[in-house]
Amino acid sequence: MLFYSYFKTLMGMQVTVELKNDLAIQGTLHSVDQYLNIKLENTRVINEDRYPHMRSVKNCFIRGSVVRYVQLPAEGVDTDILHDATRREARGT
Amino acid sequence: MSGKETGLEPLVDTTISVITNDGRNIVGVLRGFDQTTNLILDECHERVYSTKSGVEMLALGLYLIRGDNVAVIGELDDDLDSQIDFMAIRAAPLKPITH
Repeated sequence: MLFYSYFKTLMGMQVTVELKNDLAIQGTLHSVDQYLNIKLENTRVINEDRYPHMRSVKNCFIRGSVVRYVQLPAEGVDTDILHDATRREARGT
Repeated sequence: MSGKETGLEPLVDTTISVITNDGRNIVGVLRGFDQTTNLILDECHERVYSTKSGVEMLALGLYLIRGDNVAVIGELDDDLDSQIDFMAIRAAPLKPITH
């Protein structure tokens, strides 16, 4: 639940999602769900020339299970809040 | 603006481009889906990319794609799609998903 809540605070920010097949998609974080599935808008594939497969796609749904990394803007990361949330989560289990 | 659920309802009856875990690209009309991302794709075809020749389109018909195998679901923009010269594209096939 922690990362689901965290991603909700990042909605509207520009992120780059790197998938487990090495494809990287940049876009605006539109929504996230409990499985950490991600919906991106205004997408752009990194290295478009190498990956023309998504040229006609501007909005996409990415299944959480295939995400390797989500690259975040530094402004979106408040380490104090994350530390507190992590401590609370650890205490809870 | 409570829990932002990424549902696929807005995409039903629209043309989507699915990237599967084995690196295939399947394009079709989304008719149904469920929580595990199983998909019903109508009038679908596979787009085969190659470094040696243009994009090959293989007609498939009505498909059910098991959710385990779904990586990306893209909303296909018909305007952008009609502008693409598929015969001119040379690209390596997408790599499979490795966990």
